[in-house]
This record gives sequence, structure tokens and C-alpha cells, in this order.
Amino acid sequence: MSYLNQMFAVTVFNLRSLPERKAAAITAAVGIAGVVGVLVGVLAIAAGFRQALTVSGSPEVAVVLRSGADSEMTSGLDREATRTIADAPGVARGANGPLTSAELFVIITLPKRSTGTDANVPLRGVEQGAFDVRGNIQIVAGRTFATGRNEVIVGAGAARAFAGLDVGRQITVGQNVWDIVGVFTSNGGIAESEIWADTAVLQPAYHRSDSFQSVYVKLVSAAAFQPFKDFLTTHPRLNVKVARQSDFYADQSTAVTRFITTIGVFIASLMALGALFGALNTMYGAVAGRTREIATLRALGFGAGPVVVSVLLESVLLSILGGLLGAAAAWFLFDGYRTSTINWQTFSQVTFAFRVTPELLGRAIGFATLIGFGGGLFPAIRAARLPISSGLRES
Amino acid sequence: MKFLPLVWAGLKRKKLRTALTFLSIFVAFMLFAFLGAIKEALSGGVSMAGLDRLIVRHKVSLIQTLPESYKARIQTIPGVAAVCHQTWFGGIYQDPKNFFPNMPVEPELFLAMFPEFVVSDAEQQAWRSTRTGAIVGRVTADRFKWKIGDRIPLQSPIWGQPAGQAQWEFEIVGIYDGVKKGTDTSQFFFRYDYFEEARRQDKGQIGWCTVRIANPDQAAEIAAKIDAEFANSPYETKTEPEGAFAQGFAQQVGDIGAIVMAVVGAVFFTILLVAGNTMAQSVRERSGELGVLKAMGFPNGLVLVLVLLESCAIAMLGGFAGLGSAWLIIASGNPVPGLLPVFYLPVGSLVAGVLLAVALGIVAGVLPAWQAMRLNISEALRRVG
Repeated sequence: MSYLNQMFAVTVFNLRSLPERKAAAITAAVGIAGVVGVLVGVLAIAAGFRQALTVSGSPEVAVVLRSGADSEMTSGLDREATRTIADAPGVARGANGPLTSAELFVIITLPKRSTGTDANVPLRGVEQGAFDVRGNIQIVAGRTFATGRNEVIVGAGAARAFAGLDVGRQITVGQNVWDIVGVFTSNGGIAESEIWADTAVLQPAYHRSDSFQSVYVKLVSAAAFQPFKDFLTTHPRLNVKVARQSDFYADQSTAVTRFITTIGVFIASLMALGALFGALNTMYGAVAGRTREIATLRALGFGAGPVVVSVLLESVLLSILGGLLGAAAAWFLFDGYRTSTINWQTFSQVTFAFRVTPELLGRAIGFATLIGFGGGLFPAIRAARLPISSGLRES
Repeated sequence: MKFLPLVWAGLKRKKLRTALTFLSIFVAFMLFAFLGAIKEALSGGVSMAGLDRLIVRHKVSLIQTLPESYKARIQTIPGVAAVCHQTWFGGIYQDPKNFFPNMPVEPELFLAMFPEFVVSDAEQQAWRSTRTGAIVGRVTADRFKWKIGDRIPLQSPIWGQPAGQAQWEFEIVGIYDGVKKGTDTSQFFFRYDYFEEARRQDKGQIGWCTVRIANPDQAAEIAAKIDAEFANSPYETKTEPEGAFAQGFAQQVGDIGAIVMAVVGAVFFTILLVAGNTMAQSVRERSGELGVLKAMGFPNGLVLVLVLLESCAIAMLGGFAGLGSAWLIIASGNPVPGLLPVFYLPVGSLVAGVLLAVALGIVAGVLPAWQAMRLNISEALRRVG
């Protein structure tokens, strides 16, 4: 019998006898399923957070802050500066003039719906140009706010996470009362965690006279960014830093993403180790239980190689099965699960959804396969090196 | 006691299996211990909060400032024993990634309000006499290898440049430790008078006040009185006990914390399931030998106990070893001082781990032990050979 035939025959033989060992097989598969499920869950958190922060970050939108500011809150620009920025080269123009939005960013505290405890919610003052600049804002309930009025629209994520943010209700911020007139979405991006109001009305409420904190600008094209940036950074009367919105958001998410990924990788490594030992144990047990059968096969003339491969294949197959199980469970349970956390860099809440991507699932199943391989290799070699005569004598 | 060699021999029966089971349990418990430490790090502020302290902040948000004059007004409210204030400086040391909290405070009032920060008398004296002096916590000092006498420059995007200088410069006059293990020693405190004089905007504004009350039971009452004092003013306040304030922050991170805990808890139990099954399997395989023991005259109860002892022995060995190594690793230092200011294994987690190890041994062993006990001797003997 050729090598390949032998391998195939022994493997099929092994797999067919699997139902006799189903308790052990199921336990091994469940163990791997658990590891894969958890790995996917934790990585989905990091992916979801990053997605929320970068999906709406467009390379054609530029964000201008004061030089030295590490976030919008610590930045400050006066009206003169915002006018200069709006007149810079590369800024797209619409029917009403340059597509820019000079904005204010503050934080208010509102209780979370889930726990009732206070959380920091971003309140952003925008100009009407903001809708054109961002490009993906959709009003899904109510209407947009009218300029000059104490009205706000809330992001879908914020409406979900914080108490009292429903159309028709009011929020009281200090001495000011604002009517909630609409809910908006922004393709799942960061803006959905925010509440938006008219800058001109927010400024006096926060005693900011005529200053802003950032300017969001729509460029004519992604390539126009560099000349735009050079113009502003070399301008004698301006002291600003300019970044693409996509880079700006990526930057603002590094701390939390790093935190989640560090902890996730650490935990995943420990889990993998535990699963590896479990898989090794199961496979050694599986081989030990079939010593006589394997010795018989060898006595019949099957080579050591096919025996090794068959045990390895069995282990890998079990792991892949467990991996698929875990991946399916993780996808079913976690994908799209909405939650929120605090982004320390902006000191405010970010609402996001777990994101189980095919790439993530693929990586997790690959991981499971590796564990299966590792768990099957040594038992397989041991099975192949069994002395045939003593093996036949085993019970 | 005389049967312990029998139990031990049972474990040595298949050394590889025992070793692998031990290792699986070891890893599972190590994971459990790290979980406990991470959970404590994310929410530890709550347990460390002072029972007799309230935090008074601007009602709209913590990022809004309050006038310094509020301190004197709060002092006059009956039930208030002491008041001190802090302000968020937001100073950056070289790179935003080197984040640590830094705040201007009034030295004497501050140290009296927070006795958990241990500063030697000599260092306190040095702080009182050095205008640009600062004390820094042990964790941050170790992170950047600072020593007493070092000059530390900080940039503050919030407060801009100090009057007459390019950046804020402080001299470390003391390094403080925490009185308890969970105390946050990552913060950096400097003098408010220097801050007030050198800042060029928002003079006379502070961040929040900490209030010590004479009687912790009156917390809610006094908090309400403080808020009533400043109601309808341009700077309305919200006062709450320090524990609730910390809890609010923990809750803000909270969803992540809870999710990580739940998700890792699941894997912990999965690994234990596999280990448990292996232990049960090893007992089932040796039912022949158990039959021999029973034929020799070992009472049923004794056989049950022997099997249970075996599974408990391996569970506890693995569990204790795992908890112990994790404890040693955690105690050796904080790998991520920038992300988790406190990092230690709380006693509660250790105790829970020990109990879980014992429970694992019992649960994994009880079913096979029960079956072993009720084994029909002649059937069992037939399985030998």
C-alpha cells in the first residue's frame, strides 16, 4: 500500500472510532472552543473601538487645532484664526462659501442608562458647515437644530447609552436648558457618541466670548492636504497644528486600544497555554487508550509515518471543530454588541460595538489549529514509537 | 494519613498525565489571579476612598473650574471639618504617552486631608520651603527614575506657559509612598501658590474641593447643604462621597472591565472543565485497581475518600502553585504603570482562588469517586488484565 493510501486508511480508521471516545473528544473540542470564543471576544473589543474612532475619519477632512494641544479640549483658536483657516488653499467650497466648521468641545455629565452613575459626555458646538464637512451625518429621528436656538441633536450611540436623551426632552446644563430635537448617525463613527449644538449658542453658555477650539475643513481632495497644512503652519499669524481627520482619530484612540490589546494578548497567551496543556492531555489519553489498536496496525505493516499523521490529523480536526464552534458562538454572541467606555485622551465616553470580522475569525481558527497541532505532535510521535510486541499485550 | 502514599502512588501512575493536568490547572489559576489584579486596578479607587471625605465639583462637569473663594464658604457649613482643593494641571512630561496625574495643592492642608500619602517630616519641610517644590509618588518616580533634587519640566496645554518662563519647572523634594497597598502612588503634587502666581489665565479658579466631614453618617446631608449653598450661582456644585465619585469613574471604564472579566471567567471555567474531565477519566481507568482494594477489605467510604483526596491533591497543588506564582509576578512590579496606576493581588481574590481550587478537586472527583465506591467487586476485578 502506498504511503498516501496508508495515511488515508489509518486516518479514516481513527476518525471512525471517534464516537467511542466522544467524551474525551467533546471535552477537547469544547476546551478549544472556549479559548477561541474568548480570544475573538477580546479582540473584537479592540477592533470595535478602533472602528468607531476611525471609520468616519476621512483623509479628505482636516482638523486644525492650536499648536501644542493634545486634544480638542486643550486647544483654543480665535475667530480671526478660523477665518484665515477657511481662506487657506485647498479648502472645498460650497454654495455658501468654504466648507469649514469652527467647533467647540466641552464635556457634560449625564447618568448612564445601564448603571445610573455619571459619565462624561461630549458636547460639541458646530457650525452649519459641519454636516457638509463630515459628509456622513444622517438625521434618523426628529430634525436638525436651528441656528441661534438652544437646540441640540444627539448621536445615536449617546442616545442609547445615556439617560434622558430622547427627542422632545430637555437637558439642563448649568443655567441653560436645551431642547433635544433630533437623533443622528454618522456611519458608526465617533460623532455618534456626541451631542451637537450650534457653536454660536454654546459659546456664551460657556463664557467663551469669541473663541473656538478646532476647525474641521473639507479639502478639495486628499492630495490637497499637504499644501493646506504647509500654508497654515508657516503662516506668521497662526500657531496651529494640522492633521487629517483619519490620523487625528487614530491618534486619539491609541491609549485605549493599546490597553485593550495589551491585556487581550496577555490573556490570550495564557489561555492558549492552558488549552495546549489540555489538548496534550486529551491526545495522550486518546493514544494511550488505543495502544493495542495502534500496535495491531503496526504489526499489520502500516508505517510509523501514517500513524503519526493520522493522530496529528485527528487532533487538528478536533481543534478546528472546536475553533469553528467557538468562532460561531463568538460571532453570534458578540458581533454588534454595543457598549461604551471612557477614552482618557478626550476624557469622554466613546460608544462602540464589538466587531467580529472575518479576519478575526480566521486568525482565531488558525490559532486553534496551532494548538491542535501542538497538542497532537508529541502524542503522535509516541504512538509511532511504541514497541509493537508490548503494545499488543496492553489491555 | 497512612494512606497518603497510596494517593501519591495513584498520582504517579501516569506521570505525564498528572503533570499536564497540573499544568492546565496551574495556568487557569494564574489567569484567575491576574484577573483579580486587573479588576482591582480598574475599580480599586472605590475601596481606597475615604469614608469621611466628600468631593465638591462643578455641577456640569469635572472639567469646569470653581472659584477658590468657595473653599472658605464650604468651611463655614456645619459638619465640615476641613477643606482643601486640587486642580487638574494636565502637565506633559516630554511626551503625552508619559502621562501621569499632576495637580497643584496647598501642601499642609492636602497632606492632612490625605493621610494615606506618607511623606517624611524632612520632605514636608522641604516642600514648605521650596516654592517650585513637588512631591511625586513612588510608582511614577520609579517609572522615570527620578530622585529627590531632580528638576522636572512640564508643559501644560491647558494652562499655557508660566509667566516669565518657557515651561513649568519643578524640583522634586519628596517621594511619597502609600500607607496601604492599593493607594495610588502615581500622582505628582506641587504648590498652589506657585501655580496661582505663574499662571496667566483663569486666576483664582480651582478644579475641585475635597471636604472632610466630622461624621461620615451625615455625608448625604452635608453634601446637600453644600450644593444648596451654591445653587443658582454661576458656578453650581455637585457634592458626593469620595467612594461614589470613584465609583462613577470605575463605571465609566466599567463596561470594559465587566466584559473582560466575564469573558476571561468563561475561559477559566473551560480550562478547568478539561482538567476536571481528565482527572475523572484517570479514576475511571483504574477501577480495576480499586476493585482489588475493595476485595482486600478497604471499606467503601475509605475508597471514596482516597479518590477524592487524589483529585483534591492535584487540584490544590496546581491551584496554589498558580496563585502563588501569579502573586510573585504581580508583586515584582507593575508592567504597565501608565495604564494601571495600582497593581496588586487583593486578598479577596487569593481566598476565592483557594476555595475554587478545593471546589475543583471535589467536583472533579466526586462522581468517579461515588462510582468507585459503589463498584461491584467482581465486575471491577474483571477489568484487570
